[in-house]
Amino acid sequence: MCLAIPGMVESIFEKDGLKMSKINFGGIRRTACLEYTPEAKTGDYVLVHVGFALSVIDEEEALRTLSAISFTEKAAELSYAGDDQ
Amino acid sequence: MKYVDEFRNEEQASILSEKIKRATKHPWRIMEVCGGQTHTIMQYGLPDLLPKEIELLHGPGCPVCVTGLEVIDKAIAIAGCENVIFCSYGDMLRVPGSKADLFDVKAAGGDVRIVYSPLDCLKIAAENPDKRVVFFAIGFETTAPANAMAVKQAKRMHLDNFFLLVSHVTVPPVIRGLMDFPDNLVQGFLGPGHVCSVMGWSPYEELCERYKIPIVVTGFEPIDILEGILRVVIQLESGTSFVENQYSRVVTKDGNAAAQAILDEVFVVCDQNWRGLGTIPNSGYKLSPDYAAHDADLAFSTTAEPICESKICISGDILKGVKKPKDCPAFGIECTPEHPLGATMVSSEGTCAAYFRYGRLEVSV
Repeated sequence: MCLAIPGMVESIFEKDGLKMSKINFGGIRRTACLEYTPEAKTGDYVLVHVGFALSVIDEEEALRTLSAISFTEKAAELSYAGDDQ
Repeated sequence: MKYVDEFRNEEQASILSEKIKRATKHPWRIMEVCGGQTHTIMQYGLPDLLPKEIELLHGPGCPVCVTGLEVIDKAIAIAGCENVIFCSYGDMLRVPGSKADLFDVKAAGGDVRIVYSPLDCLKIAAENPDKRVVFFAIGFETTAPANAMAVKQAKRMHLDNFFLLVSHVTVPPVIRGLMDFPDNLVQGFLGPGHVCSVMGWSPYEELCERYKIPIVVTGFEPIDILEGILRVVIQLESGTSFVENQYSRVVTKDGNAAAQAILDEVFVVCDQNWRGLGTIPNSGYKLSPDYAAHDADLAFSTTAEPICESKICISGDILKGVKKPKDCPAFGIECTPEHPLGATMVSSEGTCAAYFRYGRLEVSV
């Protein structure tokens, strides 16, 4: 139920007084409401749940999460190598 | 797809698996709160990447599963009324009530429609002024802002024929309920990433302090889950208990202020009955008096059927993490996704349904 999918904001428009957008989910386009992410710009990735963007995805944080996994592993290997000597 | 594929990377998963194995010195029981996380764990076979000391318990975070039977019965009664268009997310349609489900109502000629978003119902309401359009507003804090916006917009547009049947549930009170349960087994939590995208992670600090338990707010892809487990294990091994945010690309400490403001405006906190767990104080939302004109609970007087739950089903114990599907004599025999007996089999995100679908009878080896 709490399934939410990242998609790219392709265009922004207004409908019935609500800020709306066309979102591209890997080639599939759906409409989503941007009232909760008014800061979202064209080209941003947003997390969409039941037709509402709940947050703008932070690219730096995404990269940090991924690089931390490999980085600390390399650091750990160096430290294990040190232990062996 | 960006932000999906890289969080399903096999090499990263192996690195995390190794790190979890190195970090684990003692046996630990960790509960993932969300049904979506349970689904990922089973779909990707993540228990096979964990050391035998780590046991995953599957939490109560599937709103389809925990919506009270009396609410399902009420939805079925409303959907069967004359001149009603009953709208819902697809996964609620086959949830069995005491006597029938919403598909039965549809098969008998009722106008039951599956929608993608509650905003779709406003269009239906505008196009059908002589009908009453009811949306089945269930879900956690993730889903509540969408329903809140729909009813706020209906009020603004004077769509007097639009109603919400509200049965929302919230996560922190159920964590409290589980921790206060005398037979509690949970030692650490993977927190609900999408709930926290709305509410932020700060509401969980109090729970960590009170119960001396680590909570790591975690995403829904395999890499997210494995990293969340690693962080919980590191905390458990070092004896710390604080909130960590694994899902920092989406979740902030304070969450989405605009969404929280509208929740405060549209809903009030109430006690809620959780299917399988019973009533938990202050664990739900209902419409505030300002929105009473759109409250299906008030607009429709339905006769409550006597509640009839299966006597064999152990879904309450499964939702608490005390039992697993294999402990149930009905699992996979009398109780299947096509004919669910109780809460944890009714939705694809339910623990029993995930075990049934991915054929996993044992999590811990």
